[in-house]
Amino acid sequence: MTQVSQFPGRPLLSGRPLLEVSQLVKRYDAGKPALDGISFSIRKGEFVSVIGPSGAGKSTLLRCINRMIEATSGEVSFEGASVGLLDRKNLKRLRSKIGMIFQHYNLVERLTVIENVLHGRLGAKSTLAGAAGHYSREEKRQATEVIAMLGLSDHLYQRCDRLSGGQKQRVGIARALLQDPRMILCDEPIASLDPNASRNIMEQLKRFSQEMDIALIVNLHQVNVACKYSDRILGVNAGRLVFDGRPEELTPEKISQIYGAESRSLTAELGEQYAS
Amino acid sequence: MTALQQIPGRPLRKEKVVIRLLLLGLAGTTIYALATLDFGGIDMAEAVRDTLANLKIIFLHPGGPRLSFLSALEEVIITLGLAFLTTLFGGIIALFLGLLGAQNLSPKPVTVVVMALVALIRAVPTILWVLIFAVAAGLGSTAAVVGMTFHSISYLTKAYAESFEDLDRSVIEALKASGANWWQIVFQAVIPSSFSYLLSWTFLRFEINFANAVAMGAAAGASGVGFDLFMASGFYFDLREVGLITYIILAFAMALEAAATRAKGRIKHAG
Amino acid sequence: MPADIFVRRFNNGLVFFLSVAALTAGSILITQYDVVAGFTSIAKAFAWGARNFYPDHHAMARLPEILRKLWQTVLMSIAATTVAAIFAAFMAMLGSRTTRFNALSSILVRGLASVFRNIPLVAWAMILMLAFSQSLVTGYLALFFGSFGFLTRAFIETVDEASLDAVEALRATGAGYFAIIFQAVLPSCLPQMVSWLLFMIDTNIRDATLVGLLTGTGIGFTFDLYYKSFHFHEASLVVIMIVITIIVIEMFSNYVRRIIL
Repeated sequence: MTQVSQFPGRPLLSGRPLLEVSQLVKRYDAGKPALDGISFSIRKGEFVSVIGPSGAGKSTLLRCINRMIEATSGEVSFEGASVGLLDRKNLKRLRSKIGMIFQHYNLVERLTVIENVLHGRLGAKSTLAGAAGHYSREEKRQATEVIAMLGLSDHLYQRCDRLSGGQKQRVGIARALLQDPRMILCDEPIASLDPNASRNIMEQLKRFSQEMDIALIVNLHQVNVACKYSDRILGVNAGRLVFDGRPEELTPEKISQIYGAESRSLTAELGEQYAS
Repeated sequence: MTALQQIPGRPLRKEKVVIRLLLLGLAGTTIYALATLDFGGIDMAEAVRDTLANLKIIFLHPGGPRLSFLSALEEVIITLGLAFLTTLFGGIIALFLGLLGAQNLSPKPVTVVVMALVALIRAVPTILWVLIFAVAAGLGSTAAVVGMTFHSISYLTKAYAESFEDLDRSVIEALKASGANWWQIVFQAVIPSSFSYLLSWTFLRFEINFANAVAMGAAAGASGVGFDLFMASGFYFDLREVGLITYIILAFAMALEAAATRAKGRIKHAG
Repeated sequence: MPADIFVRRFNNGLVFFLSVAALTAGSILITQYDVVAGFTSIAKAFAWGARNFYPDHHAMARLPEILRKLWQTVLMSIAATTVAAIFAAFMAMLGSRTTRFNALSSILVRGLASVFRNIPLVAWAMILMLAFSQSLVTGYLALFFGSFGFLTRAFIETVDEASLDAVEALRATGAGYFAIIFQAVLPSCLPQMVSWLLFMIDTNIRDATLVGLLTGTGIGFTFDLYYKSFHFHEASLVVIMIVITIIVIEMFSNYVRRIIL
């Protein structure tokens, strides 16, 4: 099932992939497993969307990669190191190399934009410096630069609870970028945003993925958005990987396989998108 | 992006400044207080040792020759009775003051006067109210209930008025449009729709009044378990009896707290 | 049937009023509350107050002494509250669902806070007085223990109610426990915690009067002395000074709350 995507102008990297997930299983208390033996791998700088009905296990999958949730069995390896075997200290080091973006932005709303963005540096700091919130001049300079790249310079010292949803998500992206990550995990980044803000966020993500060679794993609700921006799409249904391929390989039959009964409206949506 | 090499200056934010100044001020005051207050030249180490020994007797060997478990229970019920009367009287008066204090039910000048009155009542410590009324009624339950009622009035008026204000203006408007007068609106719309809040707030106050009633027993000669506590520790120096009384008060207070937490959950849930 | 609703509502109302009436009668009986004296005492107290309970010029001569005691009491209340708040903040981190080490630490902290809070202030004062005798330390410690219990619970609730989202985000960046506490939890919760702290100072100054009365210290004792020796003009001055202090502190607290919340 592993198809390798090739894009003109992008060198195919040799050697091991950036992230390898094999036979990942997560079982909450009782009942059906949330993840049921998922395997895939991701290369440097690749933009991968994960689609599937709600409750399919997309969120759990993302969180098992950086061990925000402990998997029941299976293996995740990042840059060749097995994530499951890391001790606390090395787990923090791993997390500092992987950014994360959330549906509800997860900012400290009472703090300013720049303070929230600087939180991206905490993983690289000693306990004391982290607790005291002491940042170097260089870190502050980087933060303002990233904020400027996201078009938020005017809001540098504004409290985050005064920002719009789209602006908050851009703060979330800036925080992830300041980690200088190899990969960013995005959990439904546009599910709470209006269409304009959604397009802006997706374009920013695409741009950083290409310019900085950051791999992205994006959980998405909207099939058309996934098709438009991704290099590759993973389809998840009931904890199993049922599709792994390029956007153009995603036929209506495949979609109905991923979404089951929900699929009809989604195929219609997809048709419209291709028509336009 | 060269212009951005320079980080723009950070504007001072008022709230942050206020919090820092306040905490700094409190820390300074505390250090000054601990350094200058006259602590009466007692041997701290010895006093701490004695207190620990006392606490051991109090909590590990409760009991006592004068007070049986049953009579202690009876005294707690008297304390509960004081708390109940106080809450009831306070609640009835606060119901009317609350209506006068709610901004959607009364004209602005009236609400201001009511709220100022209530703030003034609250500023006098409960024990002083009780002692002031004791001049007229004599030390005992009567003065205690009347004095404690004043504080209940002030607390409940504020709580009730806020509950009334939660009622949608449009409901009142609709009833007004149908020709209902003020009293009809109050009894047909305002009180029925906020009744469960009122009950919850009243219960929260009952919990506070129980603790107050214990205190008034000790400090103002009201009957009940507070008076026994005062006698046991102040007159007989009987630590085991203090232990028994403390345990019983603790049991009742915790039970009331559990019930009050549920009441609070209801307020938050609906709000 | 619509009639049923009205019948049921009437019956419920009747049951409610009857039980309140029964409880009231029972309470009046066991507490030996004198209903008539209760009502007449209010009128009598106000009439008496108008005649005797106001500061005269003899009382004004005592003002410096009264202010000194009041200042002492305010200082003691603030010191007890802030020190209790520091301990309570540590405990709240162990007790809150968001920041606790494990479920056991949370249960232990909540239990401890509940015991400290529910032992009444007077019991603390009486117990402590046995060893610390009639000194400010007794009052200080009594206020400290009560505030510690109350603030621990209030802080735990504050942290529990704050959003977990930011904590999750910081965990994902690889931030350590203390960085998360100081960079996400405290910035979100500090204003609410400060608001509780101010509330506690306000309460403690009023309670210090009671404790002072029992332990023979501070402004409470000053009032008691004047009161018991029938120097009501001086006693009234004490009350007025306490009222002014409390109202000033409350206005200050409200001003601070308006800015920070």
